[in-house]
Amino acid sequence: MAISTTASRATIAAVGGADSFDRRNADWYVDKAVQVLVFVCGISAIIFVLGIFVFVTKEGIGFVFQHLDFKEFFLTPYWFPSDADDPEYGILALMAGTASVTGLAMLVAIPFSLGAAIYIAEFATGKTREALKVLVELLAAIPSVVWGFIGLVIMNPLIIKWFDVPVGLCVLNAGIILGLMAAPIMTSIAEDALKAVPDRYREAAEAMGATRWQVTYKVVLPAAKNGLLGGVLLGVGRGFGETMAVLMATGHAVNIPDSIFDSVRALTATIAAELGETVVGGEHYQVLFTIGILLFLVTFIVNLSADLIVRGIRKG
Amino acid sequence: MTVAQAAALLQPAPDYAIDTKKLNLWYGTFQALYDVDLRIRQGMITSMIGPSGCGKSTYLRSVNRINERLGYVRIEGRIDVMGQNIYDPGVELIQVRKQVGMVFQRPNPLPISIRDNILFSHRLHAKGGGDVHPGTPDEIVEESLRTVLLWDKVKDRLKRKATELSLEEQQKLCIARLLPVKPKVLLMDEPCSALDPKGTEAVEELLWELRGQYTILIVTHNMAQARRASEECVFMLMGKVVEHALTAEMFVTPIHRETADYIEGRYG
Repeated sequence: MAISTTASRATIAAVGGADSFDRRNADWYVDKAVQVLVFVCGISAIIFVLGIFVFVTKEGIGFVFQHLDFKEFFLTPYWFPSDADDPEYGILALMAGTASVTGLAMLVAIPFSLGAAIYIAEFATGKTREALKVLVELLAAIPSVVWGFIGLVIMNPLIIKWFDVPVGLCVLNAGIILGLMAAPIMTSIAEDALKAVPDRYREAAEAMGATRWQVTYKVVLPAAKNGLLGGVLLGVGRGFGETMAVLMATGHAVNIPDSIFDSVRALTATIAAELGETVVGGEHYQVLFTIGILLFLVTFIVNLSADLIVRGIRKG
Repeated sequence: MTVAQAAALLQPAPDYAIDTKKLNLWYGTFQALYDVDLRIRQGMITSMIGPSGCGKSTYLRSVNRINERLGYVRIEGRIDVMGQNIYDPGVELIQVRKQVGMVFQRPNPLPISIRDNILFSHRLHAKGGGDVHPGTPDEIVEESLRTVLLWDKVKDRLKRKATELSLEEQQKLCIARLLPVKPKVLLMDEPCSALDPKGTEAVEELLWELRGQYTILIVTHNMAQARRASEECVFMLMGKVVEHALTAEMFVTPIHRETADYIEGRYG
């Protein structure tokens, strides 16, 4: 049957002098196969995010419904999860730790990365620009444990020496380390945002006699402000979720900081340090996952709003 | 002889707003202009025509030195604007650009309000104590927009973004925003190529209005436009000036063979 069909098609083709319109060759199948393959890869990101969210929620939600006292959890700084008689789960100090470190990191990273991005996008030319871009990408790829190591071994003694404090593992140390870590990514994104400003705006302003800085300050920065804000928010997200460097540089002491020389402990570092010692499924285990849910939600919101803001400029 | 006449003799106002002597220009190793000698009369509209790549835009862009943005441009020779060589080492680029305004092919209002667009250049130059429009910001905005016949259309939405205007209105705004700093020369690089016939007509009428007050040098691809909207015409080919004559003469009795062929549409 199949053979006769092929044969008759061949005849038609020969008679008509052309291939029939429903003939499929190998390219057609390759195309379909590739489409399916990239579709699966494409949606896998969604599947993974949902999967992780479901897993974290499943492990942590038991605590939320059975034991969680919202007031105690969010508003007390007492974190004694391994107390045998009366464990306490207050994350106020941990949140303060994360917030103070992230806040200081942004103070370091924002001016740094904005300045770098402006230089790379608006002032540097030719080889300098290309070299700087490569170096910034390289900086972004340094593993966080290396940054943590720098905090522990280099920054710690320096802070002790310069500021005459007993311990150099503190908000200042972690903030600077985290700021330097977040800066390359923020620089990259900010530079993209500046590059996205059409060159005809610069040309127009320069033709009217504006200096390079006036062009940047009066035209490019306002036009790129959404992209820049998006970059800053992504930096915040990065700082918020960073674990290893923060664990190593903060001093890891549960404490609401009074000054930048106080040791603190971050939410992420708490999970990293304590999860291995807990009983799987136990209350302590569950509460760590509850913190995980919180981190997940906050990073999700921060990243989502960064994305929405960046999309905003494309439309406008 | 009156005092004014005597003063005029002592410091003769140049008949030529732009006086170019042996201008050679290279983009990297590619030479785009060869020994251009060109004198553009003051207060007139001079059009520049020629096939793509003939150097007319390049010449235009070297009159306010915006070419130099590219970084790999090398220039020899001189261009005197109102009697001063703008390529003199002591010349401030910012002052050159104040004197010589430029309108681009694609309307490029800044992504700020209409009002701020008009005041942008004025704010840049008023600080330096240069010769700018002395009025208040409101007066400047109104007068500039009236000059380009845009005031009645946009007076109720001065705070709106300039990029929301139609292309024709944007291009008029781009002309209007040059006026508050009192430029002497207006350079226009195919100012109508992004506009429809109606917009083109409106901009051409505007140029005719501005004639006399400003020296206007306009590059165009559109020969009919050169013919109807300019008083003198320059024909360029392969980086050289072939012919420079009154527009009326050039289009009727061109001297050079190449000019005749181009005007009749045999190439380009």
